[in-house]
Amino acid sequence: MTLDVINPNAAECRYQTTLNSGQHWSLLVRRDIQMTLTDLSGGSNVGMLLYNPTQLSEKYNAPDTLKCQHTFKLTRGHCLYSDMGRIFCSIIEDTFGWHDTVCGNSHSSHIQARWGARNYQQDRNDWHQNGYDSFLVELAKYNLTRRDMAANLNWFSEVGASDDGQLALKRHSKKDDRVTLRFEMDTLVVLHTCPHPLSEAGHYPRTSVQLELMQSQPMAADDPCLNYCQENQRGFENNSLYHFGLQTLYRSMP
Amino acid sequence: MIKESPRACSTAIQRDIVPAGDYYIQIIKQGQTVRLVDLEGNQAADTLFYSANDPGERYSATDTIREQGNLYLTAGSILKTNENNDLLEIVADTCGRHDTVGGACASESNTVRYDLEKRGMHACRDSWMLAIQEHEEFGLGKADITHNINFFMNVPVTPEGKLTFEDGISAPGKYVELKALMDTIMLISNCPQLNNPCNGYNPTPIEVLIWD
Repeated sequence: MTLDVINPNAAECRYQTTLNSGQHWSLLVRRDIQMTLTDLSGGSNVGMLLYNPTQLSEKYNAPDTLKCQHTFKLTRGHCLYSDMGRIFCSIIEDTFGWHDTVCGNSHSSHIQARWGARNYQQDRNDWHQNGYDSFLVELAKYNLTRRDMAANLNWFSEVGASDDGQLALKRHSKKDDRVTLRFEMDTLVVLHTCPHPLSEAGHYPRTSVQLELMQSQPMAADDPCLNYCQENQRGFENNSLYHFGLQTLYRSMP
Repeated sequence: MIKESPRACSTAIQRDIVPAGDYYIQIIKQGQTVRLVDLEGNQAADTLFYSANDPGERYSATDTIREQGNLYLTAGSILKTNENNDLLEIVADTCGRHDTVGGACASESNTVRYDLEKRGMHACRDSWMLAIQEHEEFGLGKADITHNINFFMNVPVTPEGKLTFEDGISAPGKYVELKALMDTIMLISNCPQLNNPCNGYNPTPIEVLIWD
């Protein structure tokens, strides 16, 4: 499905694409757009990083996201915070229930050790891409480097910890599981569909994820993300201040 | 894991006191050992490490957590870089557990966590910002201020996925000791946090000792 290029801002306008495993993707996503990721095959993983396009040093911050919502897992009702006390986006829908943000990325050494070395000449686009290199490639397009990388999200992967801190990749999403993010400020979204770094699948996962963009509904007073905790109400206050400042800036421009 | 150090304080080549709320930045040479001492107990030492030869390579909480398959740091933990290389090893620890999930306090995150009017309170990330401004010779910028270690801090994760902040695993004189596996820049914010029990609402000094 393609956008209506004559009127791309129409409320009913949507965009969707399918990402097979081992791909990378990015877009500057405007505030008031929502993104739905759907696992079309089951067993997918989506690594994600978020940046403020007007000030790229402002980026997704996993510790601030976790501690201000007193949670280790990410699911519906949670907001994804920047290091500047603001909310990039809210998780307004989630059929899976537990997404990881502490295990980071696979490196090429992990992928080779688990599934063997593969090369492009032999395997074409079925070669084994890894999460770290995928982010590097996509970040370079915005003049960002490894220094700008942060602890990333891993959608569709549940990683739990025992009382003594032992980690386990417990579960991947099933076919048709989906998560929807409502963007609360303009955000550079960078993602890949490489395997979770703790994946012990027998073969390099061959999965597919649908990515869909559409206009979001305005946030209501009873919004579950706004009201998840008082911390989120203050986070949205910080966003309001940010947008107030920007509007003032734009109004003063000739 | 509790493991005492064989090193005597009298043989250290350098000893420094880091006052409450201050920062400390220092190069630890490959093969040297550094000890952080919680002098009065309940303090949190929010610490970042970088390769001294290439600050773009630095301590990575996610690589460390993933490679050791465990959330908590203690004796035997290898601290990994963003390139998945070995940076330091914790060789002694009388505390037993250190956090690397909870991150550092910031004036911005304090507005979210506690109150919009707490933005003016001193915070760890401000200490790091001052450190990189006052020490341009290390070549660090805001993008390098990342997901850190909180020595002496206990942030348990429950099997149900809750994150909690707990007091009570450190005490006066407890220490952690690290051996540098490459030339390393160590950047500490001796946490000024007054809003949660990570330092008992009472920031206190730490001591840093270095051995060849």
